[in-house]
Amino acid sequence: METGGVIGFTLWVCALSTLSILPAGIALGWLLARREFAGKSIVETFLALPLVMPPVATGLILLRLLGRHGWIGGLFERLFDQPIVFTWRAVVVAAGVMSFPLLLRSARVAFQEVEPRYEQVARTLGAGELRGFGRVALPLAGRGILSWIVLAYARALGEFGATILVAGNIPGKTSTLSLSIYQAVQLGHDEVAYRLLAISAAIAFVAIWCSEFLSRKGKA
Amino acid sequence: MKLEILDVDLPLREFHLELNVVLQGAITAVFGPSGAGKTSLLELIAGLRRPRSAHIALDGIPFQNTMRGLLMPSRERGIGYVPQDLALFPHLSVQRNVTFGQQKATPSGAFTFEHIVDVLEVASLLDRGVADLSGGEKQRVAIARALMARPRLLLLDEPMEGLDATLRERVRQLLQRLRQEFGVPMLYVSHSPREILALCDDVLVLERGRVRHHGPPVQLFQALPINF
Repeated sequence: METGGVIGFTLWVCALSTLSILPAGIALGWLLARREFAGKSIVETFLALPLVMPPVATGLILLRLLGRHGWIGGLFERLFDQPIVFTWRAVVVAAGVMSFPLLLRSARVAFQEVEPRYEQVARTLGAGELRGFGRVALPLAGRGILSWIVLAYARALGEFGATILVAGNIPGKTSTLSLSIYQAVQLGHDEVAYRLLAISAAIAFVAIWCSEFLSRKGKA
Repeated sequence: MKLEILDVDLPLREFHLELNVVLQGAITAVFGPSGAGKTSLLELIAGLRRPRSAHIALDGIPFQNTMRGLLMPSRERGIGYVPQDLALFPHLSVQRNVTFGQQKATPSGAFTFEHIVDVLEVASLLDRGVADLSGGEKQRVAIARALMARPRLLLLDEPMEGLDATLRERVRQLLQRLRQEFGVPMLYVSHSPREILALCDDVLVLERGRVRHHGPPVQLFQALPINF
């Protein structure tokens, strides 16, 4: 795959992975911010695991689950006659799983910063939980979440350890920027490696700048 | 109006709110020192607090009966609540705030958008953001928002707090007009005996979560050496 192709593929799969974790990340973030339930701290800890576990270990778990004989991979293949592992789908899943805790934590904090009073008043005005969430909590937490969505996207761009286990590094099929840098270094193609490094740094810079901008705008 | 607040046991930070009272005034004041449980009482009626025990009913319709395991959600109670901080939605314009609780059915009688906006004098504010409003304007918008949901009871938590003498007088006149125009009974938290005497026909005095006195304000403030 050409450099342009690698960049395009990486941006696309990471956008897809970020979009796919958004609904669950925001809904769970709201739930953890607003509700108390038995085992909440266990759920929080479990969902944060990919943040601290070695990415390769997370990749191994994913390989077990998404493989042809795994629960999810087997079911997917029976339903759609397509595998997950070693395809672009595996890249999407690995990037999503690795950036999910970041999105979840940011969503939880953003919802915690919204005064519960607004949702309470919305309820007295006849709003159900869903309307209170959609018309009050989400717009008020939105800017905070948006800045972290950009960061979660940037995190997905840099994903390596889990992706290489579950998707491999197949040129033209699953090669992302990170995997391509690794491959170029392995093959001694320093010029390619440094070019990809510069591109990665530029994308990361833009992502962090956007995140900071959105965060500042949200507080203004 | 007949608001039954019976067998209430609501644990608060330093004491329990323990009430057994029936309120029937058109405008009932809730009076008492800071931290007496006044706001908690309003939140309990609005369905925003979970008591250990309570039987709360308005005009025979039960909102909560812990003995029978009955709990009507806030959104179904028809209670207009204007908290002390007003909680206007900061991301919405005045118009969107006011119409947030608008009923889907075509409003009739006094509760039309035009009439509420006219009585509350917020027509000129509709396109503005709530952050740009003065204290008195915010107050009127919050009351208009609560009225648009056609409440059967309006809860007002210190609606004159933080306003200067002129604005207090204006809000007082406004509340009297609301009583005439909409006929919605009100439960009204206040620290001012003068306001209560001018506005209310019933007053409930709370102290550390218990009813210290209940009765007509004239009788109460003449009889009591209140030093709140």
